[in-house]
Amino acid sequence: MSIMAAAAAALQVLAVLAGAPLVVGGMRQVRARLEGRAGGGIGQPWRDLRKQLRKQQITPRGTTLVFALAPAVVAGSTLLIAAIVPLIALGSPLDSVADLFGVVGLLFLGTVALTLAGLDTGTAFGGMGSSREITIAALVEPTILLAVFALSVPAQSANLAAIVAATADNPGQVFSPASVLAFVALAIVIIAETGRLPVDNPSTHLELTMIHEAMVLEYAGPKLALVEWASGMRLTVLLALLANLFLPWGVAGADPSFLAVLVGVAAITVKVAVLAGVLAAGEVFIAKLRLFRVPELLAGSFLLALLAVTASYFLAAPTR
Amino acid sequence: MAFGLSAIFGSPRHLQVDWLLPLVGVRLDLDPLGGLFVAATGAVSVAVGIYSVGYARREQWARFPLLVLPVFVAAMLLVPAAGSATTFLLAWELMAAASLALVLSEHRREAVRSAGAFYAVMTQLGFAAILLALVLLSSAGGGDAFSVIAAHTDDLSSGTRTTVFLLTLMGFGSKAGLLPLHAWLPRAHPEAPSPVSALMSAAMVNMGIYGIIRIDLQLLGPGPQWWGLTLMILGAMSAVFGVLQASVAADLKQLLAYSTTENMGLVTLGLGAAALLSATGAPTVAAIATTAALLHLLSHAAFKTLGFLAAGSVLAATGLRDLDRLGGLARRMPGTTVMFGIAALGASGLPLGAGFVSEWLLLQSLIHSPHGDNTLLALMMPLSVGAIALTTGLGIAAMVKAFGVGFLARPRSAAAEAARESPASMLTGMALAAAACVVFAVAPALLGPTLGQVLAVLPTVGGDATGPQFGTFLRLPGVAGSIAPGLLAGALVIAVLTALGIARWGVRHRPATVAAPLWACGADALGPRMQYTATSFAEPLQRVFDDVLRPDTDVEVTHFAESQYLVEKVTYRTRLTDPIEARLYRPVVRALTTWAQWVRGAHNGSVHLYLAYGSLGLLIVLLVAR
Repeated sequence: MSIMAAAAAALQVLAVLAGAPLVVGGMRQVRARLEGRAGGGIGQPWRDLRKQLRKQQITPRGTTLVFALAPAVVAGSTLLIAAIVPLIALGSPLDSVADLFGVVGLLFLGTVALTLAGLDTGTAFGGMGSSREITIAALVEPTILLAVFALSVPAQSANLAAIVAATADNPGQVFSPASVLAFVALAIVIIAETGRLPVDNPSTHLELTMIHEAMVLEYAGPKLALVEWASGMRLTVLLALLANLFLPWGVAGADPSFLAVLVGVAAITVKVAVLAGVLAAGEVFIAKLRLFRVPELLAGSFLLALLAVTASYFLAAPTR
Repeated sequence: MAFGLSAIFGSPRHLQVDWLLPLVGVRLDLDPLGGLFVAATGAVSVAVGIYSVGYARREQWARFPLLVLPVFVAAMLLVPAAGSATTFLLAWELMAAASLALVLSEHRREAVRSAGAFYAVMTQLGFAAILLALVLLSSAGGGDAFSVIAAHTDDLSSGTRTTVFLLTLMGFGSKAGLLPLHAWLPRAHPEAPSPVSALMSAAMVNMGIYGIIRIDLQLLGPGPQWWGLTLMILGAMSAVFGVLQASVAADLKQLLAYSTTENMGLVTLGLGAAALLSATGAPTVAAIATTAALLHLLSHAAFKTLGFLAAGSVLAATGLRDLDRLGGLARRMPGTTVMFGIAALGASGLPLGAGFVSEWLLLQSLIHSPHGDNTLLALMMPLSVGAIALTTGLGIAAMVKAFGVGFLARPRSAAAEAARESPASMLTGMALAAAACVVFAVAPALLGPTLGQVLAVLPTVGGDATGPQFGTFLRLPGVAGSIAPGLLAGALVIAVLTALGIARWGVRHRPATVAAPLWACGADALGPRMQYTATSFAEPLQRVFDDVLRPDTDVEVTHFAESQYLVEKVTYRTRLTDPIEARLYRPVVRALTTWAQWVRGAHNGSVHLYLAYGSLGLLIVLLVAR
């Protein structure tokens, strides 16, 4: 671990903090243009955040500490993930503190915090959103863990830097059946986990369809700002992670030079921008699935992940 | 009374040295493996003992359960210390009888009597299976003491080994609550007084696992590959089934009981993986799997003790176990709420929870098992990871439901509204268990040396293989992977504080904070009936797993006589029964009842007839024995 690697990790956190609203804004803008609207511009989420952060704090009567702390837990766990995963450089000082399982656990810790906050309000909407969110989370978790399994078999480790480095050293792996299957499975669960179409519609406020929005309905002002910021950061980090797990080029090494860090920043920006653009463009053409059709989609991705693991076991050369 | 209880329940932890105590036919022989279980039981008992002081006073316990409780604990301490088959069976039966007496301590309620009968039958059937197996084993092994049997295991025929394995697996599996012999658990645990539930669920079920390790893996082992495979399949099925039932259960203690089945399933899965891996020649990974199983057993003991004690505290304060009628306890019982939160976090296997490190170890051992050309391993490992992953996912849902619906929001009944916090002794007992949970979550390194010693005596591992290195960083031998639970917790706290700091941006422009009512969709006020209940919370999951759970749903629509388009009322009733119980147990019970009816014809109450039966029986015995 060098000073430069630590600086790169700090830069990752800052980049995610600053970039997340831009990613959300960019996706909204792509959608707006494709739908023939002018759109609010890429900077609109930033302007919204500034506005909300200056509003009055409101404590809904009857809620407890769980409700008050949940936004900070979601945002905090996401920031921690941003510090652990190799987005710009491999040698994050926190890399050996948590492997991919730890990262998945942190992700779910945030989900659980928001779910409990939804229940804490004691309104019908809060409970409804929580119930739906936890159902989806329970079905997403197996797929994520299996995809992790498929990725960590060739790398012989579940630590993220090792997986990314192994793929970078051995580019042919990207097109192996295991890797392709795992990519598709992971892409589906990331869409589900970040509440994008076709699982959840981030711009809906119709009671019958909303999942994530129903849980956070009681938040207002600065707390809402934190929740929205955090959900943007989750999307950004997961997209960046997906990009680096399967296309690790441009990521700086464990002991990077200044130039390598700059290249890393540029590479991850381009990758996330392209992925987010593709996701937003895709969303224009699909409608939201019925809630009870979502498990079928997730079961499909679970199957893909299981196939990925089996492929990585049977198609890989004997390791020892 | 307080002194008496804590003196009785306090277990010396320094028992982890070998010592021998020959009594009249009773042989105690404590090795590190037994010592681990004795220490776990002792620790659970200390927490439960302190808790019982307040609980017994609040619930006005009769003298009888207070008398039997120490006997139960003593029996549980004796089981892992037993050095011979006879002593083992004696302690085992004492444990079963004492726990049955405790389950029946509120025998005036019909539900308790029915649960007691169920438990009695299952535990005695299990005992019979173990008795038979141990008799077989000691007659074939040439002695009663385990050490003698261990010296002669090589002489055993494979038929004897298989029979003993299957019989003991049945007996110990039913005690550990493994499928399909789990049915007593969700019946007996909710009906027993809560300290007893905690002891049964956190300490007694461990004895089933102890039996499997001691008899099957240590005395008989190393077994053929299919033993490990059987254990893995049984474990995975129990884990998934248990957690599925837990995620739809609406009874707080029943939910915890099903979660016990789930966790014992995970432990068995780990043991099975260890046995299979060592049979295929991978002792290093087998050591990781064994460590995972033992660590999970211990952390389960910690968080399940806490869970049941907190549930007992709720039960004592409100008289309710039904999650659909609880709620709003966070404001009324803050201490209990925090305790249950810690337990639920542990049970859900998330980072910072007690169950995280052991589940991480288990997954690592499965992922990094060298499969080579072994198709069986290449097939079993991904499937097990899938099962564990599904288990953790659903476990999170179950625990969010238990905590979120049971403790947060607004009270759903008058009893929950009138809840008062438990007395200090109950909170102290819970705090001890909570401290253990925190140690498992943040500093598992403290347990490293103990687990290392236990590993050394286990044959599935072998003497030379090293287990995982516990330290600030948890490292695995032969695998490039690590986590640092303590550092992770610290980093998360810092990250959350950072997020709170970011949220203070713009604070100068903000008006003062106000409290406002919740949005009631334009209606007057939110009633407690508008909230989601546990049943409605779990409804999507129930619908997704419809084919497995087979809920019994009735929708009855009554129309007005004037027009069928006007609905007078709609009755919706849904009932969840254990599908295995319905399919497997009911036919057996029915056949037994029919048979019993038939036999009853011979009992007409005449003493003369009974005397004739007696003499006839004696004659037959004499004839046979001649």
